[in-house]
Amino acid sequence: MTRSELVQKINKLNPGITSQQAEEAVTLIFERIVETLAKGGRVELRGFGVFTVRRREARTGRNPRTGDSVKVKGKNVPFFKAGKLLRDQINAR
Amino acid sequence: MPNHTLTRSDLCDTLCKKLDVSRQQTVNLVESLLQEIANALVKEGHVKISSFGTFHIRKKSERIGRNPKTGKEVMITPRKSLSFRASHLLKESVNKRI
Repeated sequence: MTRSELVQKINKLNPGITSQQAEEAVTLIFERIVETLAKGGRVELRGFGVFTVRRREARTGRNPRTGDSVKVKGKNVPFFKAGKLLRDQINAR
Repeated sequence: MPNHTLTRSDLCDTLCKKLDVSRQQTVNLVESLLQEIANALVKEGHVKISSFGTFHIRKKSERIGRNPKTGKEVMITPRKSLSFRASHLLKESVNKRI
């Protein structure tokens, strides 16, 4: 499923709103999640999962082709952990 | 509050403020979004949200594990796990303020 297909589904399930509002709602929701993570915050959607930011410390890596050691800078990475309900849905049957 | 946790109700607040819809409608919108992502994952195995990321299901095959308490070997049944790959935009956003 893609973003536009998701908008269509949401539009169908919410008869009281226009397709433009459905589109905007999807954009706003994901924007808000990105903003929160950008600030280092966490997003907790019970039953669905939790988005967090994890820190990767700087390390000395190696170029696998040449074997040269290179310094890899520390960075933050977005992380998602599925909630129990979602995991159970995926593993049902 | 620097490390505030964003929840469903915060998402509803945002929708309420920016869209001309009722509170109940925002609740339905957020819920249908999450539910449809879950349904699509169960049905198709992947959901791609541009400029956010991709959710996809990974199949794990049966393997032998060990009960750490008793040391007994046990078969771990095949199962599916959900992983999320963040888009470049999201990866960049979390690194803007270091």
